[in-house]
Amino acid sequence: MKVREFFSRAFGSASKRQNEAEFSQQLAGDLALEVDRNLKNGMAPDEARRQAILKFGGLEQTRQGYREQSSLPFFEVLQQDVRFAVRQFAKNPAFAVTAIVVLTLGIAASAAIFAFVDAALLKPLPYRDPNRLVWVTEKVEAIPRANLSYYDYLDWKSRNQTLQSLDVWTSSGLLIDSPSGTEPVPGVSVSDGFFKTLGVTPMLGRDFRPGEDLPGAVPTVILSYGTWQKRFHGRPDIVGQTFTASGVVYTIIGVLPKSFQFAPRGNGEIWMTLRPTVGCELRRSCHDLNGIGRLKDGVTTAGALANFSSVAAQLEAQYPDSNRGQGASVEPLASVIVGDIRPILLLLLSGAALLLLIACVNVSSLLLVRFEGRRREIAVRGALGATRGRLVRQFLTEGVVLMAIALALGLTAAEIAIHALVHLISKDMLTRMPYLDGLTVNGHVVLFATATAVLAAALFAITPLSRLAANDELRNDLAEGGRGGSGMVWRRFASNLVVLELAIAVVLLAGAGLLGKSLYRLLHVQVGFDPEHLATLEIDAPHEVFPKDEDDARVARRVMQQVNALPGVESAAITSVLPVSYNGNTTWFRIVGRPYNGEHNEVLQRDVSANYFQTLRAHLVSGRYFTDDEDSTKPNVVIMNQALAKKYFPNEDPIGKQIGDNTLDPKSLAQIVGVVNDVKEGALDQDTWPALYFPYNQSTDSDFNLVVRTSQDAGSLLPTAVSAVRSVNPQLGASQPETMRQHIDGSNAAYLHRSSAWLVGGFAGLALLLGIVGLYGVIAYSVSQRTKEIGVRMALGAQRGAVYKLVLKEAGWLTISGVLVGVAGSIAAASLMGKLLFDVHAWDVPTLAAVALLLAAASLLASYLPARRAASVNPVEALRAE
Amino acid sequence: MGGKTDVPQGTLALMVLKTLESMGPLHGYGIARRIEQTSGASISLNYGTLYPALLKLEQEGAVASEWGVSENNRKAKFYKLTRAGYKLLEKETREWETTTAILARFFASGEKA
Repeated sequence: MKVREFFSRAFGSASKRQNEAEFSQQLAGDLALEVDRNLKNGMAPDEARRQAILKFGGLEQTRQGYREQSSLPFFEVLQQDVRFAVRQFAKNPAFAVTAIVVLTLGIAASAAIFAFVDAALLKPLPYRDPNRLVWVTEKVEAIPRANLSYYDYLDWKSRNQTLQSLDVWTSSGLLIDSPSGTEPVPGVSVSDGFFKTLGVTPMLGRDFRPGEDLPGAVPTVILSYGTWQKRFHGRPDIVGQTFTASGVVYTIIGVLPKSFQFAPRGNGEIWMTLRPTVGCELRRSCHDLNGIGRLKDGVTTAGALANFSSVAAQLEAQYPDSNRGQGASVEPLASVIVGDIRPILLLLLSGAALLLLIACVNVSSLLLVRFEGRRREIAVRGALGATRGRLVRQFLTEGVVLMAIALALGLTAAEIAIHALVHLISKDMLTRMPYLDGLTVNGHVVLFATATAVLAAALFAITPLSRLAANDELRNDLAEGGRGGSGMVWRRFASNLVVLELAIAVVLLAGAGLLGKSLYRLLHVQVGFDPEHLATLEIDAPHEVFPKDEDDARVARRVMQQVNALPGVESAAITSVLPVSYNGNTTWFRIVGRPYNGEHNEVLQRDVSANYFQTLRAHLVSGRYFTDDEDSTKPNVVIMNQALAKKYFPNEDPIGKQIGDNTLDPKSLAQIVGVVNDVKEGALDQDTWPALYFPYNQSTDSDFNLVVRTSQDAGSLLPTAVSAVRSVNPQLGASQPETMRQHIDGSNAAYLHRSSAWLVGGFAGLALLLGIVGLYGVIAYSVSQRTKEIGVRMALGAQRGAVYKLVLKEAGWLTISGVLVGVAGSIAAASLMGKLLFDVHAWDVPTLAAVALLLAAASLLASYLPARRAASVNPVEALRAE
Repeated sequence: MGGKTDVPQGTLALMVLKTLESMGPLHGYGIARRIEQTSGASISLNYGTLYPALLKLEQEGAVASEWGVSENNRKAKFYKLTRAGYKLLEKETREWETTTAILARFFASGEKA
């Protein structure tokens, strides 16, 4: 059809009446001409007219042909069908509202979750050719991604054959001088080619130049866009400006584009070059770097892994002391960045999909009920000449109208849900998920939801069709008004749908139950200390201001004294890493007097103040705590946890034994003075590792954590604690004030488990509701269909109890089938959940039993109402109604 | 209707255009009569298809219509070719000639074989 014709016809549709009148006139005129000719040929007037009409081949058909050409019949019929569908819904608002609400829920849930999946898993990372980027680290037995050491990095880089470039980064920060004192600003230290490897160019100024990460280079920084705006008010002449942090002058050489993000350090504001002149960078055995590489063309991740594994093996032979057991790990960057969140997102997407499925099944069975009610109408329309195709089209239109309304509402609800969900994520976690910034219902989400809706609409059209197929019954229906054998067939079909619904509800409920139990178990993990009434604070004593170890020890002591003096404080202690953080910061040790083959005994290292364990209320198992005067002038001492004692001193008393580093360097030798119970140092869902605790005064760090036991609410102490630290020395950085409870509950593991448990729980609740409504519908319909049968039974002497039994038995079978199928499905689904289940088996009997009971109870309730109606049937009236 | 055939598929529009070209403005009835006459009364034209075909040509812009008075003083709608109609006729004629020429060659080669 040509464009011009289309518009002309569309216009014709609009001005139909006028066209038809004009055509009638035209036809009459032409007809008159033929009549005239017939008359001229000598026919009688009546005959002349008759012959003319014959010649014209039926005026009505001609008109119909003209009408079809003058408008767009497809759209006209569509318009009719839509109008009819809307009228049908308006006539039965309960049905329409239920169906739309149910579908809206399903679409909103799945679209909202899909938005997250799209942002996290589908959208490519904002770098050039992100698929060619790999995450390169070392690997040891206990830690699959262990940091690189600076010297290893240099060797890996020079022996690299598979990467276009290899660069490294590590989290760092600066304490920037500001009018209100020093302000800790999170930053990232990178090697000079970091941004080139990522394929990112600063929007202002320049990138780091080769060599700017070498000792002696002038300190230069590149700002993130947000920092430029926030801290430097977006001034256009920012490039070339300087600022001072801890006495060092930094020159700003560039600003990163607004779209730049780096999820592993999402809150990094200031990007500076590595300065391999201090601390960790001076030792091959000190690992603190992460590598990012870009694969050469044609090289796979596995190829790069083989390359670096062999480099690591060479280094192992070359430097056995430091590199024994240090392998290599190369993984796609994307899988490292979203690796944590992938399983939970897939879980939630599956949950949402199941909810959508149950919603569709529910609406399908509603449509079926309606179809049964409309059998007579359909039979009449069929008898009046509606073709099968025409009827199908009508049902399809009804399905599409339903879906279109639900789609519009669902997308609106999804937008709200997305914002609500983003707000639920803790700020801390959001900084590590910059890809969620500005998450909204975008084109992808609309496309996804529309595709789902189209599928669902097709399903809705097919459902009544499957009934329409039993077309032979149509005549039957016309005669009997839709009361015949068809009820039986339908009941079987609808029953299967209800079993499916109940089974899905069981799967979701069991999933929610298992996740809930995991969360409970996780939050009740033995942490080995009393986490209530503890306030924590991260303190940064910059190397530039406190260059010597003694300076760190002195300032830490003064901080503790200052905070101890605050009202409401019972005791203040420090540790290098807070408990319930991660299994990292490890050290290697060997036991004096034991045979040694160079293996790395890798255990956690924590540097703590003398009163640390008392402050935590961890228990001493044997030996003693540190004393406050144990500093570098005294012999080295060490405390271990029970896990270490069990692993390395299985049948002996470790107290009094000596340990040292790999080479038993005399400076490293220390005597074991105590064993404490296992304090959970790693994340809640991680195993407890062996740990060594060193006295802070003998093993200092430039950043450490303050842990304060309070007598009142720990949260209220935080602001005063921050100012107390500042009062010791304004050059100290104080950040991350939170209570231990917040620290634990807000930890990654707790968060992931909590959000998955709550969301799946929400889906499960809705699924239960929908499943029960579905069951109620089927039973109620079945009772209404069997009113006559029940009447006969009662007339023949059946007791009310027997009628109850009759109805409840039907519901019981459905429920049992649903539960059985559901339990099998749950076990299968739960075994796919893997790490999301913590300390709970997929076949956890109490959970499954509770779910089965819950569903049984709910089903009983849903079928009790129709059963009561059945039992109160008056046999006389039931029979008379026939 | 012994001996009369229906209008071959897709040729009605061409016949209408050709008729209007040779006869000038004409009403629907006149077009029908003329087509029947030209075909030597071997075609039976269904008016039920003629009017939609005229309407389609009008929608495409190939013909224009206006009310007028017929030879025996009857009010009738007259159709005439537009400039686009002439072009369309030219194009359709060419295509039709090509098609028939090709077919003719087929039949010719069939005879030889």
